Amino acid sequence: MSLSRYFNNRNTLGLLFMLPAAALLLVFLTYPLGLGTWLGFTDAKIGRSGEWVGLENFIYLFGDSVARLSLFNTLFYTIVASVIKFALGLWLALLLNKHLPFKAFLRAIVLLPFIVPTALSAIAFWWLYDSQFSVLSWTLVKMGVINRYIDFLGDPWLARLSTIAANIWRGVPFVAITLLAGLQTIAPSLYEAAALDGASEWQKFWHVTLPMLTPIIAVVMTFSVLFTFTDFQLIYVLTRGGPLNSTHLMATLSFQRAIPGGALGEGAALATAMVPFLLAAILFSYFGLQRRAWQQGGTDK
Amino acid sequence: MSEPTQDSRGMDYLESLPRRWVTLYFPLIVFLVVLLFPFYWMVMTSFKPNEELVSKAANPFWIVSPTLAHFERLLFKTEYPQWMWNTILVSVVSTFTSLAASVFAAYAIERLRYKGSKQVGLAIFLAYLVPPSILFIPLAAIVFQLGLFDTRWALILTYPTFLIPFCTWLLMGYFRTIPYELEECALIDGATRWQVLTKIILPLAVPGLISAGIFAFTLSWNEFIYALTFISSSEVKTVPVGVITELVEGDVYHWGALMAGALLGSLPVAVLYSFFVEYYVSGMTGAVKE
Repeated sequence: MSLSRYFNNRNTLGLLFMLPAAALLLVFLTYPLGLGTWLGFTDAKIGRSGEWVGLENFIYLFGDSVARLSLFNTLFYTIVASVIKFALGLWLALLLNKHLPFKAFLRAIVLLPFIVPTALSAIAFWWLYDSQFSVLSWTLVKMGVINRYIDFLGDPWLARLSTIAANIWRGVPFVAITLLAGLQTIAPSLYEAAALDGASEWQKFWHVTLPMLTPIIAVVMTFSVLFTFTDFQLIYVLTRGGPLNSTHLMATLSFQRAIPGGALGEGAALATAMVPFLLAAILFSYFGLQRRAWQQGGTDK
Repeated sequence: MSEPTQDSRGMDYLESLPRRWVTLYFPLIVFLVVLLFPFYWMVMTSFKPNEELVSKAANPFWIVSPTLAHFERLLFKTEYPQWMWNTILVSVVSTFTSLAASVFAAYAIERLRYKGSKQVGLAIFLAYLVPPSILFIPLAAIVFQLGLFDTRWALILTYPTFLIPFCTWLLMGYFRTIPYELEECALIDGATRWQVLTKIILPLAVPGLISAGIFAFTLSWNEFIYALTFISSSEVKTVPVGVITELVEGDVYHWGALMAGALLGSLPVAVLYSFFVEYYVSGMTGAVKE
Protein backbone atom coordinates (compact mmCIF):
# COMPACT_ATOMS: atom_id res chain seq x y z
CA MET A 1 0.00 0.00 0.00
CA SER A 2 2.67 2.46 0.99
CA LEU A 3 4.64 1.48 -2.10
CA SER A 4 1.77 2.31 -4.43
CA ARG A 5 1.30 5.57 -2.59
CA TYR A 6 4.96 6.25 -3.06
CA PHE A 7 4.51 5.75 -6.78
CA ASN A 8 1.57 8.09 -6.82
CA ASN A 9 3.73 10.90 -5.45
CA ARG A 10 4.08 13.45 -8.21
CA ASN A 11 7.81 13.93 -7.89
CA THR A 12 8.68 10.25 -7.80
CA LEU A 13 6.29 9.38 -10.56
CA GLY A 14 7.40 12.42 -12.54
CA LEU A 15 11.00 11.26 -12.35
CA LEU A 16 10.00 7.75 -13.37
CA PHE A 17 7.95 8.96 -16.33
CA MET A 18 10.75 11.25 -17.49
CA LEU A 19 13.35 8.50 -17.35
CA PRO A 20 13.14 6.97 -20.89
CA ALA A 21 13.03 10.31 -22.69
CA ALA A 22 15.64 11.89 -20.42
CA ALA A 23 18.03 8.95 -20.76
CA LEU A 24 17.89 8.96 -24.56
CA LEU A 25 18.21 12.74 -24.80
CA LEU A 26 21.04 12.98 -22.29
CA VAL A 27 23.11 10.26 -23.95
CA PHE A 28 22.43 11.14 -27.59
CA LEU A 29 21.74 14.88 -27.46
CA THR A 30 23.15 16.69 -24.44
CA TYR A 31 26.34 14.68 -24.21
CA PRO A 32 27.16 14.96 -27.95
CA LEU A 33 26.41 18.68 -27.81
CA GLY A 34 29.07 19.07 -25.14
CA LEU A 35 31.39 16.57 -26.80
CA GLY A 36 31.06 18.43 -30.11
CA THR A 37 32.08 21.70 -28.51
CA TRP A 38 35.00 19.99 -26.81
CA LEU A 39 36.08 18.26 -30.04
CA GLY A 40 36.20 21.68 -31.66
CA PHE A 41 39.07 22.54 -29.33
CA THR A 42 41.03 19.34 -30.03
CA ASP A 43 42.94 17.89 -32.93
CA ALA A 44 40.87 14.68 -32.95
CA LYS A 45 41.04 12.57 -36.11
CA ILE A 46 38.94 9.56 -37.01
CA GLY A 47 40.20 6.64 -34.94
CA ARG A 48 42.36 8.81 -32.69
CA SER A 49 41.13 10.79 -29.73
CA GLY A 50 42.49 14.29 -29.79
CA GLU A 51 44.60 16.52 -27.61
CA TRP A 52 43.44 19.93 -26.41
CA VAL A 53 44.73 22.55 -28.85
CA GLY A 54 42.82 25.59 -27.63
CA LEU A 55 41.62 27.94 -30.34
CA GLU A 56 43.93 26.49 -32.99
CA ASN A 57 41.09 25.05 -35.12
CA PHE A 58 39.17 28.30 -35.05
CA ILE A 59 42.24 30.36 -35.90
CA TYR A 60 43.08 27.96 -38.73
CA LEU A 61 39.51 28.09 -40.07
CA PHE A 62 39.46 31.86 -39.86
CA GLY A 63 42.53 31.97 -42.10
CA ASP A 64 41.11 29.30 -44.43
CA SER A 65 39.59 30.90 -47.51
CA VAL A 66 37.27 27.93 -48.12
CA ALA A 67 35.87 28.16 -44.60
CA ARG A 68 35.35 31.91 -44.97
CA LEU A 69 33.68 31.32 -48.32
CA SER A 70 31.39 28.74 -46.70
CA LEU A 71 30.34 31.32 -44.10
CA PHE A 72 29.53 33.79 -46.87
CA ASN A 73 27.66 31.10 -48.81
CA THR A 74 25.68 30.07 -45.75
CA LEU A 75 24.64 33.63 -44.98
CA PHE A 76 23.81 34.36 -48.61
CA TYR A 77 21.87 31.11 -48.97
CA THR A 78 19.98 31.65 -45.71
CA ILE A 79 19.11 35.30 -46.23
CA VAL A 80 18.09 35.11 -49.89
CA ALA A 81 16.18 31.83 -49.51
CA SER A 82 14.43 32.93 -46.30
CA VAL A 83 13.30 36.29 -47.63
CA ILE A 84 11.90 34.74 -50.82
CA LYS A 85 10.34 31.84 -48.92
CA PHE A 86 8.64 34.31 -46.63
CA ALA A 87 7.33 36.49 -49.45
CA LEU A 88 6.12 33.61 -51.62
CA GLY A 89 4.86 31.64 -48.61
CA LEU A 90 2.79 34.56 -47.34
CA TRP A 91 1.43 35.17 -50.82
CA LEU A 92 0.46 31.51 -51.23
CA ALA A 93 -1.11 31.49 -47.76
CA LEU A 94 -3.20 34.54 -48.64
CA LEU A 95 -4.31 32.90 -51.89
CA LEU A 96 -5.26 29.68 -50.13
CA ASN A 97 -7.15 31.63 -47.48
CA LYS A 98 -9.59 32.92 -50.10
CA HIS A 99 -12.80 31.11 -50.83
CA LEU A 100 -11.79 28.41 -53.29
CA PRO A 101 -13.18 25.19 -54.72
CA PHE A 102 -11.34 22.02 -53.56
CA LYS A 103 -9.62 24.02 -50.83
CA ALA A 104 -8.69 21.04 -48.65
CA PHE A 105 -7.34 19.16 -51.65
CA LEU A 106 -5.29 22.15 -52.79
CA ARG A 107 -3.82 22.57 -49.34
CA ALA A 108 -2.92 18.89 -49.27
CA ILE A 109 -1.04 18.88 -52.57
CA VAL A 110 0.70 22.17 -51.85
CA LEU A 111 2.46 20.53 -48.94
CA LEU A 112 3.84 17.63 -51.02
CA PRO A 113 7.31 19.13 -51.63
CA PHE A 114 7.75 19.44 -47.89
CA ILE A 115 6.86 15.86 -46.94
CA VAL A 116 8.83 14.05 -49.64
CA PRO A 117 12.40 13.15 -48.56
CA THR A 118 14.60 16.14 -49.46
CA ALA A 119 17.41 13.93 -50.67
CA LEU A 120 15.04 12.33 -53.19
CA SER A 121 13.41 15.50 -54.46
CA ALA A 122 16.90 16.96 -54.71
CA ILE A 123 17.75 14.22 -57.22
CA ALA A 124 14.83 15.39 -59.30
CA PHE A 125 16.29 18.88 -59.23
CA TRP A 126 19.69 17.49 -60.08
CA TRP A 127 18.14 15.98 -63.20
CA LEU A 128 16.26 19.22 -63.94
CA TYR A 129 19.57 21.09 -63.67
CA ASP A 130 21.50 18.63 -65.85
CA SER A 131 23.88 20.45 -68.17
CA GLN A 132 23.02 18.34 -71.25
CA PHE A 133 19.49 17.10 -70.85
CA SER A 134 17.82 19.69 -68.66
CA VAL A 135 14.17 20.11 -69.60
CA LEU A 136 14.35 23.71 -68.42
CA SER A 137 17.06 24.45 -70.97
CA TRP A 138 15.17 22.46 -73.61
CA THR A 139 12.05 24.57 -73.08
CA LEU A 140 13.95 27.86 -73.11
CA VAL A 141 15.80 26.88 -76.27
CA LYS A 142 12.55 25.88 -78.00
CA MET A 143 11.00 29.17 -76.95
CA GLY A 144 14.00 30.92 -78.45
CA VAL A 145 15.01 32.63 -75.20
CA ILE A 146 18.49 31.09 -75.13
CA ASN A 147 20.52 29.29 -77.77
CA ARG A 148 22.80 27.22 -75.56
CA TYR A 149 21.97 24.81 -72.72
CA ILE A 150 22.44 26.40 -69.29
CA ASP A 151 25.04 24.77 -67.05
CA PHE A 152 22.98 25.32 -63.90
CA LEU A 153 25.38 23.70 -61.47
CA GLY A 154 28.61 24.39 -63.30
CA ASP A 155 29.01 28.13 -62.77
CA PRO A 156 29.56 29.44 -59.19
CA TRP A 157 26.80 32.05 -59.14
CA LEU A 158 24.38 30.01 -61.20
CA ALA A 159 24.96 27.07 -58.86
CA ARG A 160 24.28 29.26 -55.81
CA LEU A 161 21.04 30.52 -57.30
CA SER A 162 19.98 27.07 -58.49
CA THR A 163 20.46 25.51 -55.06
CA ILE A 164 18.60 28.44 -53.50
CA ALA A 165 15.73 27.88 -55.95
CA ALA A 166 15.52 24.21 -54.95
CA ASN A 167 15.55 25.20 -51.27
CA ILE A 168 12.77 27.71 -51.85
CA TRP A 169 10.72 25.08 -53.68
CA ARG A 170 10.92 22.83 -50.66
CA GLY A 171 10.42 25.54 -48.04
CA VAL A 172 7.53 27.59 -49.44
CA PRO A 173 4.87 24.97 -48.63
CA PHE A 174 5.94 24.85 -44.98
CA VAL A 175 5.79 28.63 -44.63
CA ALA A 176 2.51 28.85 -46.56
CA ILE A 177 0.64 26.15 -44.66
CA THR A 178 1.74 27.32 -41.21
CA LEU A 179 0.94 30.95 -42.03
CA LEU A 180 -2.41 29.79 -43.44
CA ALA A 181 -3.18 28.23 -40.06
CA GLY A 182 -2.38 31.61 -38.54
CA LEU A 183 -4.56 33.48 -41.04
CA GLN A 184 -7.52 31.24 -40.22
CA THR A 185 -7.43 32.34 -36.60
CA ILE A 186 -7.94 36.01 -37.52
CA ALA A 187 -11.57 36.90 -36.84
CA PRO A 188 -13.48 37.92 -40.02
CA SER A 189 -15.17 40.65 -37.97
CA LEU A 190 -11.88 42.58 -37.96
CA TYR A 191 -11.96 42.74 -41.75
CA GLU A 192 -15.62 43.72 -41.74
CA ALA A 193 -14.89 46.52 -39.28
CA ALA A 194 -12.00 47.67 -41.46
CA ALA A 195 -14.21 47.56 -44.55
CA LEU A 196 -16.88 49.64 -42.82
CA ASP A 197 -14.19 52.20 -42.03
CA GLY A 198 -13.42 52.30 -45.74
CA ALA A 199 -10.11 50.46 -45.71
CA SER A 200 -8.69 49.33 -49.03
CA GLU A 201 -7.46 45.77 -49.62
CA TRP A 202 -3.90 46.93 -49.07
CA GLN A 203 -4.80 48.75 -45.85
CA LYS A 204 -6.61 45.67 -44.56
CA PHE A 205 -3.52 43.61 -45.23
CA TRP A 206 -1.13 46.15 -43.73
CA HIS A 207 -3.17 47.14 -40.65
CA VAL A 208 -5.09 43.95 -39.85
CA THR A 209 -3.50 40.84 -41.35
CA LEU A 210 0.15 41.62 -40.79
CA PRO A 211 -0.05 42.80 -37.14
CA MET A 212 -2.28 39.84 -36.21
CA LEU A 213 0.10 37.46 -37.93
CA THR A 214 3.37 38.84 -36.48
CA PRO A 215 3.77 36.32 -33.64
CA ILE A 216 3.33 33.30 -35.90
CA ILE A 217 5.53 34.85 -38.59
CA ALA A 218 8.27 35.20 -35.99
CA VAL A 219 8.10 31.52 -35.06
CA VAL A 220 7.71 30.19 -38.60
CA MET A 221 10.58 32.26 -39.91
CA THR A 222 12.82 31.23 -37.02
CA PHE A 223 12.24 27.61 -37.92
CA SER A 224 12.73 28.37 -41.58
CA VAL A 225 15.99 30.23 -40.91
CA LEU A 226 17.26 27.46 -38.63
CA PHE A 227 16.53 24.76 -41.21
CA THR A 228 18.02 26.78 -44.04
CA PHE A 229 21.13 27.79 -42.12
CA THR A 230 21.89 24.18 -41.18
CA ASP A 231 20.86 22.71 -44.52
CA PHE A 232 22.92 19.78 -45.68
CA GLN A 233 21.03 17.30 -47.87
CA LEU A 234 20.19 19.59 -50.73
CA ILE A 235 23.74 20.81 -51.25
CA TYR A 236 25.23 17.37 -50.68
CA VAL A 237 23.03 15.88 -53.40
CA LEU A 238 23.13 18.73 -55.91
CA THR A 239 26.72 19.94 -55.86
CA ARG A 240 28.70 18.45 -52.91
CA GLY A 241 29.85 22.03 -52.37
CA GLY A 242 31.16 22.60 -55.88
CA PRO A 243 31.91 24.17 -58.31
CA LEU A 244 35.05 25.65 -56.72
CA ASN A 245 33.47 25.39 -53.25
CA SER A 246 31.02 28.07 -54.29
CA THR A 247 28.01 26.31 -52.78
CA HIS A 248 29.69 24.82 -49.70
CA LEU A 249 27.61 25.61 -46.63
CA MET A 250 29.11 25.35 -43.17
CA ALA A 251 27.27 22.07 -42.62
CA THR A 252 28.50 20.46 -45.83
CA LEU A 253 32.05 21.71 -45.30
CA SER A 254 32.13 20.39 -41.74
CA PHE A 255 30.92 17.02 -43.04
CA GLN A 256 33.56 16.99 -45.73
CA ARG A 257 36.38 17.89 -43.37
CA ALA A 258 35.28 15.56 -40.58
CA ILE A 259 33.98 12.39 -42.22
CA PRO A 260 35.68 11.79 -45.58
CA GLY A 261 38.57 14.08 -44.56
CA GLY A 262 38.92 12.51 -41.11
CA ALA A 263 39.61 15.81 -39.29
CA LEU A 264 36.95 15.47 -36.59
CA GLY A 265 38.28 18.41 -34.58
CA GLU A 266 38.20 20.79 -37.49
CA GLY A 267 34.73 19.68 -38.57
CA ALA A 268 33.43 20.01 -35.02
CA ALA A 269 34.91 23.51 -34.79
CA LEU A 270 33.03 24.48 -37.95
CA ALA A 271 29.81 23.06 -36.54
CA THR A 272 30.38 24.89 -33.26
CA ALA A 273 30.90 28.12 -35.18
CA MET A 274 27.30 27.77 -36.39
CA VAL A 275 25.90 27.88 -32.85
CA PRO A 276 26.13 31.68 -32.27
CA PHE A 277 24.11 32.26 -35.45
CA LEU A 278 21.48 29.77 -34.36
CA LEU A 279 21.26 31.38 -30.93
CA ALA A 280 20.80 34.77 -32.55
CA ALA A 281 17.90 33.38 -34.60
CA ILE A 282 16.30 31.83 -31.52
CA LEU A 283 16.64 35.06 -29.52
CA PHE A 284 15.04 36.90 -32.41
CA SER A 285 12.09 34.53 -32.20
CA TYR A 286 11.94 34.95 -28.43
CA PHE A 287 11.51 38.70 -28.81
CA GLY A 288 8.99 38.05 -31.55
CA LEU A 289 7.00 36.03 -29.05
CA GLN A 290 7.30 38.76 -26.46
CA ARG A 291 5.28 40.96 -28.72
CA ARG A 292 2.55 38.41 -28.62
CA ALA A 293 1.92 39.05 -24.91
CA TRP A 294 1.83 42.75 -25.63
CA GLN A 295 -0.62 42.21 -28.45
CA GLN A 296 -2.89 40.00 -26.44
CA GLY A 297 -2.84 42.51 -23.62
CA GLY A 298 -4.40 45.00 -26.01
CA THR A 299 -7.18 42.71 -27.22
CA ASP A 300 -9.78 40.82 -25.25
CA LYS A 301 -9.85 37.18 -26.14
CA MET B 1 -6.93 25.43 -34.04
CA SER B 2 -10.17 26.82 -35.30
CA GLU B 3 -11.36 25.49 -38.60
CA PRO B 4 -12.23 27.94 -41.35
CA THR B 5 -15.91 28.68 -41.33
CA GLN B 6 -18.11 29.78 -44.19
CA ASP B 7 -17.55 33.27 -42.82
CA SER B 8 -14.10 33.23 -44.35
CA ARG B 9 -15.87 33.81 -47.64
CA GLY B 10 -16.20 37.29 -46.20
CA MET B 11 -16.75 39.90 -48.82
CA ASP B 12 -15.34 37.90 -51.70
CA TYR B 13 -18.58 38.32 -53.62
CA LEU B 14 -17.65 41.93 -54.19
CA GLU B 15 -14.84 40.84 -56.47
CA SER B 16 -15.59 40.48 -60.16
CA LEU B 17 -14.74 37.26 -61.96
CA PRO B 18 -11.99 38.64 -64.27
CA ARG B 19 -10.36 40.25 -61.26
CA ARG B 20 -10.47 36.95 -59.39
CA TRP B 21 -8.72 35.30 -62.32
CA VAL B 22 -5.86 37.77 -62.29
CA THR B 23 -5.38 38.06 -58.54
CA LEU B 24 -6.30 34.57 -57.42
CA TYR B 25 -6.58 31.74 -59.93
CA PHE B 26 -3.69 32.64 -62.19
CA PRO B 27 -1.05 33.03 -59.44
CA LEU B 28 -2.38 29.93 -57.73
CA ILE B 29 -2.06 27.88 -60.91
CA VAL B 30 1.52 29.09 -61.38
CA PHE B 31 2.33 28.09 -57.77
CA LEU B 32 0.81 24.64 -58.26
CA VAL B 33 2.59 24.01 -61.57
CA VAL B 34 5.98 24.96 -60.11
CA LEU B 35 5.43 22.99 -56.89
CA LEU B 36 4.24 19.87 -58.68
CA PHE B 37 6.44 19.91 -61.76
CA PRO B 38 9.41 18.04 -60.19
CA PHE B 39 7.03 15.20 -59.28
CA TYR B 40 5.63 15.07 -62.80
CA TRP B 41 9.18 14.97 -64.02
CA MET B 42 10.10 12.17 -61.64
CA VAL B 43 7.20 10.07 -62.95
CA MET B 44 7.93 10.85 -66.61
CA THR B 45 11.62 10.02 -66.31
CA SER B 46 11.13 6.79 -64.42
CA PHE B 47 8.89 5.34 -67.16
CA LYS B 48 10.89 6.65 -70.08
CA PRO B 49 13.26 4.40 -72.05
CA ASN B 50 16.91 5.52 -72.17
CA GLU B 51 16.83 6.44 -75.90
CA GLU B 52 14.05 8.92 -75.23
CA LEU B 53 15.81 10.33 -72.16
CA VAL B 54 18.85 11.43 -74.14
CA SER B 55 17.05 12.41 -77.33
CA LYS B 56 16.93 16.16 -77.83
CA ALA B 57 14.57 15.97 -80.76
CA ALA B 58 11.63 14.35 -79.02
CA ASN B 59 9.23 16.27 -76.84
CA PRO B 60 10.56 15.59 -73.32
CA PHE B 61 7.21 16.23 -71.65
CA TRP B 62 5.69 13.05 -72.95
CA ILE B 63 6.60 9.37 -73.28
CA VAL B 64 6.29 7.59 -76.62
CA SER B 65 6.86 4.04 -75.40
CA PRO B 66 6.71 3.73 -71.59
CA THR B 67 8.88 1.07 -70.00
CA LEU B 68 9.25 -0.62 -66.64
CA ALA B 69 12.92 -1.36 -67.27
CA HIS B 70 14.13 1.18 -64.70
CA PHE B 71 11.96 -0.30 -61.97
CA GLU B 72 13.08 -3.78 -62.94
CA ARG B 73 16.73 -2.77 -62.70
CA LEU B 74 16.09 -1.06 -59.37
CA LEU B 75 14.23 -3.93 -57.77
CA PHE B 76 16.24 -6.86 -59.08
CA LYS B 77 19.72 -5.57 -59.86
CA THR B 78 20.30 -3.25 -56.90
CA GLU B 79 19.78 -3.59 -53.16
CA TYR B 80 16.85 -1.19 -53.26
CA PRO B 81 14.36 -3.62 -51.63
CA GLN B 82 16.81 -4.06 -48.76
CA TRP B 83 17.15 -0.27 -48.32
CA MET B 84 13.39 0.00 -48.32
CA TRP B 85 13.13 -2.62 -45.61
CA ASN B 86 15.84 -0.88 -43.55
CA THR B 87 14.05 2.45 -43.83
CA ILE B 88 10.73 0.93 -42.80
CA LEU B 89 12.30 -0.90 -39.87
CA VAL B 90 14.29 2.08 -38.59
CA SER B 91 11.39 4.54 -39.04
CA VAL B 92 8.78 2.33 -37.39
CA VAL B 93 10.92 1.32 -34.42
CA SER B 94 12.28 4.80 -33.72
CA THR B 95 8.82 6.37 -34.14
CA PHE B 96 7.17 4.01 -31.67
CA THR B 97 10.02 4.24 -29.17
CA SER B 98 9.96 8.03 -29.31
CA LEU B 99 6.18 8.16 -29.09
CA ALA B 100 6.13 5.95 -25.99
CA ALA B 101 8.89 7.93 -24.26
CA SER B 102 7.19 11.20 -25.24
CA VAL B 103 3.78 10.23 -23.86
CA PHE B 104 5.27 9.65 -20.42
CA ALA B 105 7.45 12.73 -20.56
CA ALA B 106 4.66 15.00 -21.81
CA TYR B 107 2.22 13.69 -19.22
CA ALA B 108 4.75 14.17 -16.44
CA ILE B 109 5.63 17.70 -17.53
CA GLU B 110 2.10 18.83 -18.25
CA ARG B 111 0.04 17.02 -15.63
CA LEU B 112 2.21 15.68 -12.81
CA ARG B 113 3.91 19.08 -12.59
CA TYR B 114 6.81 17.71 -10.62
CA LYS B 115 9.41 20.07 -9.26
CA GLY B 116 11.22 21.71 -12.15
CA SER B 117 8.78 20.53 -14.84
CA LYS B 118 8.53 24.04 -16.29
CA GLN B 119 12.27 24.23 -16.88
CA VAL B 120 12.28 20.73 -18.36
CA GLY B 121 9.49 21.76 -20.75
CA LEU B 122 11.58 24.69 -21.95
CA ALA B 123 14.63 22.44 -22.29
CA ILE B 124 12.59 20.08 -24.46
CA PHE B 125 11.67 22.95 -26.74
CA LEU B 126 15.30 24.03 -27.00
CA ALA B 127 16.32 20.44 -27.73
CA TYR B 128 13.91 20.51 -30.66
CA LEU B 129 15.85 23.44 -32.09
CA VAL B 130 19.21 21.64 -32.05
CA PRO B 131 19.91 20.78 -35.70
CA PRO B 132 21.37 17.39 -36.67
CA SER B 133 24.08 19.09 -38.71
CA ILE B 134 25.86 20.24 -35.55
CA LEU B 135 25.38 16.92 -33.77
CA PHE B 136 26.49 14.36 -36.32
CA ILE B 137 30.25 14.61 -35.71
CA PRO B 138 30.22 13.97 -31.95
CA LEU B 139 27.40 11.45 -32.43
CA ALA B 140 29.56 9.59 -34.94
CA ALA B 141 32.28 9.37 -32.29
CA ILE B 142 29.77 8.07 -29.71
CA VAL B 143 28.19 5.60 -32.13
CA PHE B 144 31.65 4.30 -32.94
CA GLN B 145 32.62 3.93 -29.28
CA LEU B 146 29.42 2.04 -28.51
CA GLY B 147 30.23 -0.38 -31.33
CA LEU B 148 27.04 0.56 -33.17
CA PHE B 149 28.74 1.93 -36.27
CA ASP B 150 27.27 0.54 -39.50
CA THR B 151 24.26 -1.04 -37.76
CA ARG B 152 20.58 -0.15 -37.82
CA TRP B 153 20.79 0.41 -34.07
CA ALA B 154 22.89 3.49 -34.70
CA LEU B 155 19.90 5.06 -36.44
CA ILE B 156 17.20 3.64 -34.19
CA LEU B 157 18.93 5.13 -31.14
CA THR B 158 19.86 8.50 -32.62
CA TYR B 159 16.62 9.38 -34.44
CA PRO B 160 14.81 9.86 -31.10
CA THR B 161 17.07 12.86 -30.47
CA PHE B 162 14.94 14.88 -32.86
CA LEU B 163 11.75 12.82 -32.54
CA ILE B 164 11.32 12.91 -28.74
CA PRO B 165 11.59 16.71 -28.40
CA PHE B 166 9.11 17.18 -31.24
CA CYS B 167 6.59 14.56 -30.04
CA THR B 168 6.83 15.67 -26.41
CA TRP B 169 6.29 19.29 -27.32
CA LEU B 170 3.30 18.43 -29.50
CA LEU B 171 1.75 16.10 -26.92
CA MET B 172 2.25 18.65 -24.14
CA GLY B 173 0.11 21.04 -26.14
CA TYR B 174 -2.42 18.32 -26.74
CA PHE B 175 -2.65 17.19 -23.12
CA ARG B 176 -3.22 20.80 -22.11
CA THR B 177 -6.54 20.75 -24.00
CA ILE B 178 -7.87 17.78 -22.00
CA PRO B 179 -9.89 19.11 -19.05
CA TYR B 180 -8.31 18.67 -15.65
CA GLU B 181 -11.69 17.78 -14.13
CA LEU B 182 -11.73 14.41 -15.86
CA GLU B 183 -8.52 13.48 -14.13
CA GLU B 184 -9.61 14.85 -10.77
CA CYS B 185 -12.82 12.82 -10.86
CA ALA B 186 -10.88 9.66 -11.56
CA LEU B 187 -8.35 10.41 -8.81
CA ILE B 188 -11.16 11.02 -6.31
CA ASP B 189 -12.69 7.71 -7.33
CA GLY B 190 -9.42 6.09 -6.34
CA ALA B 191 -7.74 5.63 -9.71
CA THR B 192 -3.96 5.55 -9.74
CA ARG B 193 -1.96 7.88 -11.94
CA TRP B 194 -1.23 4.96 -14.23
CA GLN B 195 -4.95 4.27 -14.64
CA VAL B 196 -5.61 7.95 -15.27
CA LEU B 197 -2.98 7.97 -17.99
CA THR B 198 -4.02 4.75 -19.74
CA LYS B 199 -7.80 4.91 -19.30
CA ILE B 200 -8.53 8.64 -19.56
CA ILE B 201 -5.71 10.64 -21.09
CA LEU B 202 -4.51 8.28 -23.81
CA PRO B 203 -7.94 7.49 -25.31
CA LEU B 204 -8.69 11.21 -25.45
CA ALA B 205 -5.30 12.00 -26.93
CA VAL B 206 -5.55 9.61 -29.89
CA PRO B 207 -5.68 12.40 -32.51
CA GLY B 208 -2.60 13.98 -30.94
CA LEU B 209 -0.83 10.64 -30.93
CA ILE B 210 -1.64 10.11 -34.61
CA SER B 211 -0.37 13.63 -35.47
CA ALA B 212 2.86 13.08 -33.57
CA GLY B 213 3.29 9.57 -34.97
CA ILE B 214 2.74 10.54 -38.61
CA PHE B 215 5.04 13.51 -38.36
CA ALA B 216 7.72 11.52 -36.55
CA PHE B 217 7.51 8.75 -39.13
CA THR B 218 8.03 11.13 -42.05
CA LEU B 219 10.88 12.86 -40.19
CA SER B 220 12.70 9.58 -39.71
CA TRP B 221 11.92 8.44 -43.26
CA ASN B 222 13.44 11.65 -44.60
CA GLU B 223 16.47 11.70 -42.31
CA PHE B 224 19.70 11.89 -44.27
CA ILE B 225 22.82 13.14 -42.50
CA TYR B 226 22.90 10.55 -39.67
CA ALA B 227 22.20 7.70 -42.06
CA LEU B 228 24.95 8.97 -44.36
CA THR B 229 27.48 9.31 -41.55
CA PHE B 230 26.81 6.24 -39.41
CA ILE B 231 26.27 3.66 -42.15
CA SER B 232 28.77 2.46 -44.70
CA SER B 233 27.62 -1.00 -45.88
CA SER B 234 25.08 -1.05 -48.65
CA GLU B 235 22.89 -3.68 -46.98
CA VAL B 236 22.09 -1.47 -43.98
CA LYS B 237 21.56 1.79 -45.87
CA THR B 238 18.26 3.65 -45.94
CA VAL B 239 16.51 4.64 -49.17
CA PRO B 240 17.61 8.32 -49.37
CA VAL B 241 21.24 7.44 -48.67
CA GLY B 242 21.25 4.29 -50.79
CA VAL B 243 19.87 6.09 -53.82
CA ILE B 244 22.41 8.90 -53.54
CA THR B 245 25.49 6.83 -52.78
CA GLU B 246 24.93 3.54 -54.62
CA LEU B 247 22.93 4.37 -57.73
CA VAL B 248 25.30 7.05 -58.95
CA GLU B 249 28.16 5.26 -60.68
CA GLY B 250 30.92 7.55 -61.79
CA ASP B 251 29.91 9.83 -64.62
CA VAL B 252 27.18 7.57 -65.95
CA TYR B 253 23.93 8.74 -64.47
CA HIS B 254 21.13 6.21 -64.73
CA TRP B 255 18.51 8.90 -64.61
CA GLY B 256 15.66 6.50 -65.16
CA ALA B 257 16.64 4.29 -62.25
CA LEU B 258 17.48 7.30 -60.06
CA MET B 259 14.06 8.84 -60.67
CA ALA B 260 12.35 5.49 -60.17
CA GLY B 261 14.21 5.16 -56.86
CA ALA B 262 13.21 8.66 -55.81
CA LEU B 263 9.60 7.99 -56.79
CA LEU B 264 9.34 4.68 -54.93
CA GLY B 265 11.11 6.16 -51.91
CA SER B 266 8.69 9.08 -51.79
CA LEU B 267 5.53 7.02 -52.28
CA PRO B 268 5.21 5.52 -48.77
CA VAL B 269 5.31 8.92 -47.04
CA ALA B 270 3.10 10.46 -49.71
CA VAL B 271 0.48 7.71 -49.33
CA LEU B 272 0.60 7.85 -45.54
CA TYR B 273 0.34 11.63 -45.73
CA SER B 274 -2.65 11.50 -48.08
CA PHE B 275 -4.57 9.42 -45.56
CA PHE B 276 -3.72 11.65 -42.61
CA VAL B 277 -3.41 15.14 -44.13
CA GLU B 278 -5.37 16.82 -41.35
CA TYR B 279 -3.33 15.15 -38.61
CA TYR B 280 -0.11 15.99 -40.38
CA VAL B 281 -1.03 19.63 -40.83
CA SER B 282 -2.22 19.97 -37.25
CA GLY B 283 1.03 18.36 -36.10
CA MET B 284 3.08 20.77 -38.16
CA THR B 285 1.16 23.89 -37.25
CA GLY B 286 0.72 22.76 -33.64
CA ALA B 287 4.45 22.49 -33.14
CA VAL B 288 4.97 25.95 -34.54
CA LYS B 289 2.08 27.67 -32.84
CA GLU B 290 2.79 26.79 -29.23
